[in-house]
Amino acid sequence: MHIVICIKQVPDSAQIRVHPVTNTIMRQGVPTIINPYDLFALEEALRLRDAYGGEVTVLTMGPPMAEDALRKALGYGADRAVLLTDRYFAGSDTLATSFALSQAIAKVGETYGAPDIVFAGKQTIDGDTAQVGPGIAKRLDLLQLTYVAKIASIDLAAREIKVERRSEGGTQMLKSRLPCLITMLEGTNEIRRGSIEDALGAARSGVLKWSAADAGIEDLTRCGLRGSPTVVKRVFAPAARAEKAVQIDTAEKTLRDTADELMAAIFTRQPALEHELAFNSGA
Amino acid sequence: MSTVNRETPRPAAGRAGIKKELPDHFKDYRHVWVFIELERGHVHSVSFELLGEGRKLADKLEVQLAGVVLGPPGEAIGNAIAEAFAYGADIVYIVEAPLLADYRNEPYTKAMTDLVATHKPEILLLGATTLGRDLAGSVATTLQTGLTADCTELDVDTDGSLAATRPTFGGSLLCTIYTLNYRPQMATVRPRVMPMPQRADKPVGRVIQHKLSITEDEIVTKVLGFLPDSQSATANLAYADVVVAGGLGLGAAENLQLVKNLARAIGAEYGCSRPLVQKGWVSADRQIGQTGKTIRPKLYIAAGISGAIQHRVGVEGADLIVAINADPNAPIFDFAHLGIVTDAIRFLPALTEAFTRRLSPHNRDKLAS
Ligand SMILES: Cc1cc2nc3c(=O)[nH]c(=O)nc-3n(C[C@H](O)[C@H](O)[C@H](O)COP(=O)(O)OP(=O)(O)OC[C@H]3O[C@@H](n4cnc5c(N)ncnc54)[C@H](O)[C@@H]3O)c2cc1C
Ligand SMILES: Cc1cc2nc3c(=O)[nH]c(=O)nc-3n(C[C@H](O)[C@H](O)[C@H](O)COP(=O)(O)OP(=O)(O)OC[C@H]3O[C@@H](n4cnc5c(N)ncnc54)[C@H](O)[C@@H]3O)c2cc1C
Repeated sequence: MHIVICIKQVPDSAQIRVHPVTNTIMRQGVPTIINPYDLFALEEALRLRDAYGGEVTVLTMGPPMAEDALRKALGYGADRAVLLTDRYFAGSDTLATSFALSQAIAKVGETYGAPDIVFAGKQTIDGDTAQVGPGIAKRLDLLQLTYVAKIASIDLAAREIKVERRSEGGTQMLKSRLPCLITMLEGTNEIRRGSIEDALGAARSGVLKWSAADAGIEDLTRCGLRGSPTVVKRVFAPAARAEKAVQIDTAEKTLRDTADELMAAIFTRQPALEHELAFNSGA
Repeated sequence: MSTVNRETPRPAAGRAGIKKELPDHFKDYRHVWVFIELERGHVHSVSFELLGEGRKLADKLEVQLAGVVLGPPGEAIGNAIAEAFAYGADIVYIVEAPLLADYRNEPYTKAMTDLVATHKPEILLLGATTLGRDLAGSVATTLQTGLTADCTELDVDTDGSLAATRPTFGGSLLCTIYTLNYRPQMATVRPRVMPMPQRADKPVGRVIQHKLSITEDEIVTKVLGFLPDSQSATANLAYADVVVAGGLGLGAAENLQLVKNLARAIGAEYGCSRPLVQKGWVSADRQIGQTGKTIRPKLYIAAGISGAIQHRVGVEGADLIVAINADPNAPIFDFAHLGIVTDAIRFLPALTEAFTRRLSPHNRDKLAS
């Protein structure tokens, strides 16, 4: 079984700061990580390989430094890593990103065998659109299985897959076919600790670096800024609320009095609420 | 790489390669469409919120607002149509077919892309639900057009293009995105981000039927079953009128009970900040914030929550935000309306008691009279 998993290197957004004057993201010194949602997909891919045999290829599109993310993925046990990097990709929106990635996946398929499953994360923590997975599926004509909570079974001979998919208000049990694209839900598994051999292997083995041409992309107008229908026109800070919270003073009061005072302040501001609460609570 | 350029976009003039003139074949794309999400007989409220926004856009553009309903024949589709008109649609497009009974990507994408190709809307809005996100990504890719995710504000620019504003980096910044040279301009909006518009009973207007041009044999994916979530109030959190939530300041899993007690006393739903989910104290569907639920209650009480930006973006729509926090400098006091600097573990029981006293049956009778 050949599995391709798409990962994205993202800034560790817990450490993102915004420049107070220019309102731009200050990236200097912000550590990067593998998009946390992608680790669930990676672990699932590794488990399937361990169970069914085969290979896991990790793929990312990004600047040269995205190689770090791929090395980490190799350290977890992926077999092969491809970095799609080219200045033509700069400024890609999700349509252009899924175009480039799907071309690269096709090329990976030609070179190393057509993938049975392509994995993606549910979404990223920076762009956070959840659009790239469906974009890849559509372009490669893969069956699209998003928000998968569990892969229930795979029958390689019959090319059949059964999954549990999160949907509004419940879980769908779906039967579909390989090849398919799966976006994995978070919390479905936990990324393994890579073995020593994998760690050594990751340090030794090369990451394949592909330009647009290497990936077989001929139409560069579909890449990067030019291939992106969306245009970011303006970036700005959200308006701050002028006033701070009105504080309920606690000094020299009993807990009971303070609580009564807060409750009174709530009902002063939202007079209709008292009736509603009284009837909702059904105490 | 993609992001580098987008976060620090050069001024619009720097994007010289992008011409503003809409190609001729897109010029007859008109009207605003809202996807009415009908699943298992029930219209998702986000669709009504979107009709409210769609109405404003259509009025500014002086075009019509259409609802798009996809679903199996039956009572539910009739209701969905009636509701679409009641919430402001001028027209409703429907694709009615038994094989649309359960959501599946293939037939829904087919139905939607065919409708768009035939009737050519300039704007198409969908809810950013699991269904809406699954569908929107496929539809936009098929149509090769732009899709702006999770918008918090939609407006029409002076030249008539859709200005879709969305948070970036968890809400620390906002960006306004345009789809200049492609149609339709597509956008998704998360549930509860937009206010619910007024409903007004209206006669059912023009309904345009469209045939589904795909058969069951052509659809690979089959639905074997559906397991509804346990009755738990999961879905209710986003739509609850009153929400009480706890954060790391509670200190221990068992103190969550204090939050639940207050919630029970006032008929509220309870929720939490993300770390409590990560610690396994609370299930993920109770998380409030950027990567959890967006809420819009009349009253939100947050206990032991610092008010990080990712939490803030999920609660800002609340009418009244009350913060209980031990630290007078906690960021939550910058956006709460009422605050109290105190130990939540001691204070929550006192507040629960205060409400219980006030809302006791005896007092309730007095209120009613
Ligand atoms: C703040 C901000 C807002 C943006 N808003 C929009 C918008 O509204 N519409 C739009 O079209 N574009 C938008 N973009 C551009 C978009 O983020 C980029 O196109 C990005 O390359 C992919 O989108 P995403 O991060 O949302 O990925 P998602 O679609 O959320 O990612 C889902 C999965 O796809 C895979 N994946 C995504 N990117 C890559 C990659 N580079 N390499 C390998 N695998 C990948 C991963 O498995 C990931 O988990 C925005 C970018 C930023 C920084
Ligand atoms: C990509 C990303 C997405 C995220 N998404 C979300 C999200 O959707 N929702 C979310 O909530 N977070 C989210 N976060 C996490 C967010 O950044 C914060 O870390 C989180 O909200 C903090 O939770 P907290 O307020 O409970 O904990 P803390 O920040 O640790 O705050 C605890 C607070 O409790 C107070 N306190 C301590 N003891 C007491 C006491 N006895 N009585 C009263 N107060 C006390 C402290 O003063 C402090 O203010 C996200 C982060 C990232 C990076």
